[in-house]
Order: sequence, then C-alpha cells, then structure tokens
Amino acid sequence: MAAGTSTFLFDIAHLLAGGVLVLSLMLLVQDRLTAVINVFALQAVVLALSVGWQSLVQGAPHLLVTALITLLAKALIIPTALHRIVRKLDVHREIERVIGGGPTMLAGLGLVALSILVVHPVVETADPVAREDFAFALAVVLLGLLMMITRRNAVSQVVGFMSLENGLILAATGAKGMPLVVEVSVAFSVLIAFIVFGVFVFRIRERFDTVDVNVLERFRGEQREHL
Amino acid sequence: MVGGMSDVAIGLVCIAGFFGIGLSGAVLGRLRIATPIVYGASFVVALAAVALALGVLLGEAPPSMVVLPIGLPGTGAHFRLDTLSAFFVLVVDLGAAAASFYGIGYGRHEPEPARVLPFYGAFLAGMNLVLLAADAFTFLLSWEFMSLASWALVVVHHRESASIRAGLLYLLMASFGTLCLLLAFGLLAGPGAAIGGTAGFDHLTFAHMRASPPAEIFAALATVLALLGAGSKAGLMPLHVWLPLAHPAAPSHVSALLSGVMTKVGVYAFVRIVFDVAGNIDPWSGLVVVIAGGTTAVMGVLYAVMQRDLKRLLAYSTVENVGIVFIGLGLALAFRAAGQGPAAALALAAAFLHVLNHSLFKGLLFFGAGAVLTATGERDTEKLGGLVHTMPHTAVVVLIGCMSIAALPPLNGFVSEWLTFQAILMSPQLPQWGLKFAVPVVGALLALAAALAGACFVKAYGIVFLGRPRTPAAAGAHEVDGFSLAAMTALATLCVLIGILPGVVIDMLAPLTRDLAGSALPAQVEVPWLSVVPIAQSRSSYNGLVVFAFLFCAALMAALAVHRLASKTTRKSPPWDCGYPLPSPRTQYSSASFAMPIRRVFGSVVFGLTERVDMPRPGDTRAGHFRYRLRDPAWRFAYGPLARFVVRGAQHLNRLQFLTIRRYLALVFAALVVLMLVVAAWR
Repeated sequence: MAAGTSTFLFDIAHLLAGGVLVLSLMLLVQDRLTAVINVFALQAVVLALSVGWQSLVQGAPHLLVTALITLLAKALIIPTALHRIVRKLDVHREIERVIGGGPTMLAGLGLVALSILVVHPVVETADPVAREDFAFALAVVLLGLLMMITRRNAVSQVVGFMSLENGLILAATGAKGMPLVVEVSVAFSVLIAFIVFGVFVFRIRERFDTVDVNVLERFRGEQREHL
Repeated sequence: MVGGMSDVAIGLVCIAGFFGIGLSGAVLGRLRIATPIVYGASFVVALAAVALALGVLLGEAPPSMVVLPIGLPGTGAHFRLDTLSAFFVLVVDLGAAAASFYGIGYGRHEPEPARVLPFYGAFLAGMNLVLLAADAFTFLLSWEFMSLASWALVVVHHRESASIRAGLLYLLMASFGTLCLLLAFGLLAGPGAAIGGTAGFDHLTFAHMRASPPAEIFAALATVLALLGAGSKAGLMPLHVWLPLAHPAAPSHVSALLSGVMTKVGVYAFVRIVFDVAGNIDPWSGLVVVIAGGTTAVMGVLYAVMQRDLKRLLAYSTVENVGIVFIGLGLALAFRAAGQGPAAALALAAAFLHVLNHSLFKGLLFFGAGAVLTATGERDTEKLGGLVHTMPHTAVVVLIGCMSIAALPPLNGFVSEWLTFQAILMSPQLPQWGLKFAVPVVGALLALAAALAGACFVKAYGIVFLGRPRTPAAAGAHEVDGFSLAAMTALATLCVLIGILPGVVIDMLAPLTRDLAGSALPAQVEVPWLSVVPIAQSRSSYNGLVVFAFLFCAALMAALAVHRLASKTTRKSPPWDCGYPLPSPRTQYSSASFAMPIRRVFGSVVFGLTERVDMPRPGDTRAGHFRYRLRDPAWRFAYGPLARFVVRGAQHLNRLQFLTIRRYLALVFAALVVLMLVVAAWR
C-alpha cells in the first residue's frame, strides 16, 4: 500500500472515531430527552460507519455484520423504542441536570485528555490506527459513565449506558482479529439490557408517577442529602 | 524403622488414626458409647506416637522424610521427622494420652459430647501434622487446621456469651499469628518462590530454605515475625490476651491440651523457623527474645496471682511459663550467635526441659481444676475451700502439681528453672556489653516470676483445698472417678520422676541441642549419684535424689517425733477464734485478700488498679462494699486503642452501605479516574 493511501485510510478512520467521541461530548450537554435520543442515534450511525470502514481497512468482512447490527439495533430499533417510551411517559420536556453544562463539558474534556495520556504510552508499539482508536474508545466509555452519574432521569441514564457500550464496540473493532462472536454477543446483551431497562422504567413510572431516580432513592430511605 | 516403614510414615499413620477418631466422633457423637470409644482410641494412638518419638530420640535415628503427592502441585507435601519434631511429638502426645485417659471419665459429664468428640481427634491430628510438616505450605495449612479445630473446642459451650467472645478473640489472634508466619516464610523462601510453578514451589520446602539462608536483615526480620506469629499461639506478652479467655472456656481436658500442649506447638514453630530454617541470626535478636520472655514471665504470673477463676489463673500461669521457655530460647540464640556451643546447648536444654515439664504439670493442674469443677460445679476459688477432706486423692496429686509449677525441689519445675538460671549465669561470657548487662536483669525478672509463682500456687491450693468450705457446693464435694484420678496420678508421678532423675531427660535432649546449637551438654547418666552437672562440677551441680532423700527423711523424722512425743489424749475445745465471735467460713482468707499485698505493690503501674470502698455510715444497716478493678496494660495501651480505631473506621465506612445508586457509580468512576491518573503520572 502506498504511503499516501495509508495516510488517507488513517485519516478517515480517525475522523469517524473522532466523530463518535464528539457526539459523546454532545450527548453530555443535551437538555431535552428527544435531543438526547437523536444524538445517540446519530452516534450509532457514525459508529456503524466507523466499523464498516474498519472492515474495509482490515479486510475483515465479518465486521460488516457488526456494522449492520449496530446500525439496525442502535441507530434504528433502540432510538425508536426510546422515543415511544418518552412519548408514552410524557417526559419529552426539558430535563434537569445535576451539574451545569459548562463544568460537565470541562470534566468531559479532561477525561478525553486523560484517556489519551493513559492509552498512548501503553499501546506505543501497536499500529497507529488502533492506537488512536483505543484512546477514543476509552474516552467514549468514560463519557458514558459520566453521563450516567450526572443525569437523574432513568431514560437518559439508559442512553448513557448505551453510549458507554458504543465505546466498547469501537475498541473491539479497532483491534485486529476480534472474532465476530464477541461483537454479536455484546450487541445481544445490550438489547437484553435495553429490554430490562425499558421494563424497569415503566414499572418505576407505574408506581411513582415519575422516572426521576431520586424519588426511588427517597422511597428506599437511603437519600441522605438532596442533590 | 518398623516393618520397612520409615519413622515419619508411622507418624503419619498415627495422624491418620487421629483423623479417623475425629470422623468416628462425628458419626457416633450422639451415642453414649462414643465418649469412651473416642477417648480410649485417642489414648492408644497417642501412646503409639509417644513410643515412636521415644524410639527416635533414644535411638538417635537419622531424620526420615516422606513426600506425599498432595498439597502444592508438582512439589507435594513434605513431612520429616527429626529429633526436634520427635521431642515435640513426645510432649504433645504425652499430654494427649493423659488428656484422653482423663477424658474417658471426665467426658461423661459433658452435656453435648457431639460438639467435642469430632474436633478432639481433629485437634490432635492438627497438632501432630504441624510437627511433621517440612514445607511452608503444609506447615501453614496444618497450623490453620489446628487453630480452627481448637477454636471449635473453645466455643463448645456456645450458649455462654463469654465462650463466643473468647472464640472471636482467639480467631482474630490466630489469623494475625498465621499472617506473621506467612510473611516470615515468604522472607525465608526468598524471591525465588515468586516465580510460581513447580520451580517456585520448591523454594517453599524447609530443606531449600536451609540450603539458601537469607540475607542477615531478612533473617532478623523473619525472627521478629516468627516471634509474633508463634508468640501469639504460645502466649507471649502482649499477644497473650486470648489465652486467659479461651483456655478456660473449653472442657477441662481440652483446656489442658490448649494450655499445656498447643502453646508448645507455638514454641516448636519458633524453634523450627529461627533455630533450624533461618540459619544464623545475629545476637541482638536473641536479646529481643530474652526481653520478651522476661516481661511475659513476670506479667503472666502477676496476673495469675490476681485471678479468682481457677482455670483462668492456670491460663495466666501458662503465659508465665511460656515466658520462661522463651528466656531460654533467646539465651540460646545469643550464645549460638557468639559461637559458644556449650552455653547455647545449656540454654536450649533448659528451655526444652521446661517445655516438657510445663506440659506435665499444667496438664495435671487443669485436670485438677476439672475434677474440682465436676465435684462442686464451681471454678470460682472464692466459693471453694476445704476440698482436702472430701477429695483427698485429688488434693495430693494437685499439691504435687502446684509444688512442681512453683519450682520447689525435688520436683521437675525446679530442675528446668535452675538450668535456665545456670544459662543466665553464663551471660558474662557473651561478647556484647549490652547483652552482658541486659541478661542479668532478665535473670532478676525470672527470679521475681519464680517467687510470685510460689505465692500464686500457695493461694490457688490454699484457697481451694485448705480451710473450710465457703459454700454448700464445696462442702458437698465428692472424689472423682478412677480414670481421672489415674491420669492425674500418672502425670504427678512423671513430675516426681523427672525431678529426681533429670539426667535421663537431659541426655535425651542431647541430639536436639547437637542439631540446633552444634553442641550438647555432657552426658548426665555417667555422673555418679545421679547428679546433674550442666557445665562443670566446680561450677554447679544439683542432685534431686539427695534433696528428695533429705526431705523424705526429715519429714519422716518430724512426723515420728510428733507422734512419739506428743500427748495421746484427745482434747476438744472451741477453736481459737482470733477475736471473731462468729466462726463463719467468711472469716478465712479469701482469694482476693490473699493477693491484696501484691495487688497494692504493683497496683498503679502494672494493673491500672482502681479501688472503691463503700462504707455505710454508723447506724446504717446496709452491707459495706469493696470493689476493685484491674486492667491489663495490653488492653489499655494496645488493644483498646486499636479496637476503638477499628470501630470508628467501621462506623465511617458504614455510610457506604446507604449510598444512592448514582453515588455508587460515581465512586466506581472516581476510583477508575484516580487509577488512570496514577498510571498516567507514573510514566
């Protein structure tokens, strides 16, 4: 492969993985539930593209299956279902945030810097595509976790979890030779988790008339101070 | 060797026998017949082990090894029977045989034998396994097995909250001790053990540790760790706190094993690690051991004097005797490091002889306490008294035990303490000036301990057996069964025999001291008139036989004189009432009042004594009260603060139990980020 082609391949892979990361950061500061779900769907689309591109670069056709699963499950089925849930629950209005947008964003940027600092020396010997990919993937995982702990609405926590899982897929496809069965099982487990979450959200709603998890905590008698 | 089996294989067969006894105890436990079967079988197996040990010691058989294909993969479990193991097998199984025989009679009074019998066999098996183990893994495994089995015996009477508390404390101390031993073995095995796999496991055998001694600093560190680990089992200050709680909680024959025998397994662990496996140790470690032993001896006996619970008094006295043993061991370390073989051999022989002696008379005294408990249902000395009239046989054998433990000639306790003093008197030969000065101070401590032990057992015997009964329970006592009496009589006989003929036992110890100190005491059997001459005739000698003969003749002549010369007419008159108009048993010395002078002398520093007198005003008819409270400095300064720290920490951590899910997630997240920051900063 010529040097120019290699650079081009690298740039595209970099761009797509970076796109997933940027969408993760966007996810952090969305105020409305519908917007959160839409950004999540967009992230899944970019992720599917990235996985497809990896399949091309690595010459691994089974990654196309992964890309297809991602596209179908995460960009179509789950967002549609989440939209339906939100409509049904009638919570598609503004969501409240635990920490303000600015600090959350700053924390997210710090996490991105941290994951690059940690990953780069560890995988120095790996090829540059995988190297960048891992850094981005770790950042996406951390941002998903951050989203889960900064949100108090059950639906947006579910979305945080799903985007965390996107980071895992990004990492898994970046490494060469990851067998298909791993990705399939990860995707399957996410679907199951989604169903469980969905059922839970409705149960919570049925009982408490809200999907604010703080109410749940107050009910369990474990709330010590109001956040 | 018997029938092609090596000695260690016979030892393992005995251990398998104990395991089998434990199993049959578990199966038969609820039947009435189980008690005599289990104790009888234990007695037979223990006697077999005693015979084996005697054969190895007297025949000076070479060490025998066996490797079983269990335990560590590729390396297996190593077992070895050398003279050191054989001597401790002798001590353990002699005690076990006596306790088993005693148990045939005493065990009948046990309300729940199914809780005792399975663990009794397992406990004996565990102790013997520790003595035969020849690699760190097998050793620690057997050590823990022994600890757990003995814990089960401590909490037999689990409906008494004191038992449960004692058991908990014992578990804590046992785990601490095992941790220390684990670290000590880690240091001795060296970095080679970390490679893992068969090659790494091979570093854990004692043979390998012996062949590649660690650097001096690691050897010293391992000595300290072994002192902590083995000392927590043996009862060194300040690790002794569990003994006075746990030993009395068990049934009496098990108490005898815990106190008289299991502490010796702790001593064995120390000797095995420090003298045998660790190689050469610098003399200052010896000083640490000597000082630990000296303080333990004095503090142990001081607390023993203060006790009113008979079995607790005996447990504290065990602490004292372990201190005496450790004085001998520390001296042996110092002498050996200075290259003075004969002096090291003397100190070692003194320590080992005291190990044997203590296991005999402490077993005897716990049996005596058990007999008193059976006869009266009481352990509290303040409620006993006058038992010499109702339990004459027990009274005689317990008197011999008390005299032995108080180190009165011509009994065995005197010989070993005398030998320890001889070793202390050799200390001017040590090259280090610090040791030259420090060791005589410890000698003074030992002398104090010996004197206080005399006071302690005058009190124990006098309050329990002499005077008049203090309660109806004491007045209604009856002599105990034949098995118990026979076991006590056998131990008392051994105490007297070793006291009169110590040379035989000292000669038996010669191969041990030759292995561990490179030298042995001169053969004592050849000395005329059965004297004991540890170093040279011009220096010191002791003849138990002469002392015994003199005492016997003097007593005989005095008795004859009294009976011949005194008037034969019997005269009955009111007893001299010493100004007390009411001849109530309450006017006698009580346990607390007997100990009062010592309590006052050492009150502020040692005991943290607080006394409160509640005297009614004149004309007031209510009773007066006198209360006092002692606080063990180990609790005041070490365990109290530690326990408070742990409780406070636990209360703080308790909040973690009630966090919200999001906070748990945040904690995980924070931990992850902190770890990543560390990784990023590390590079």
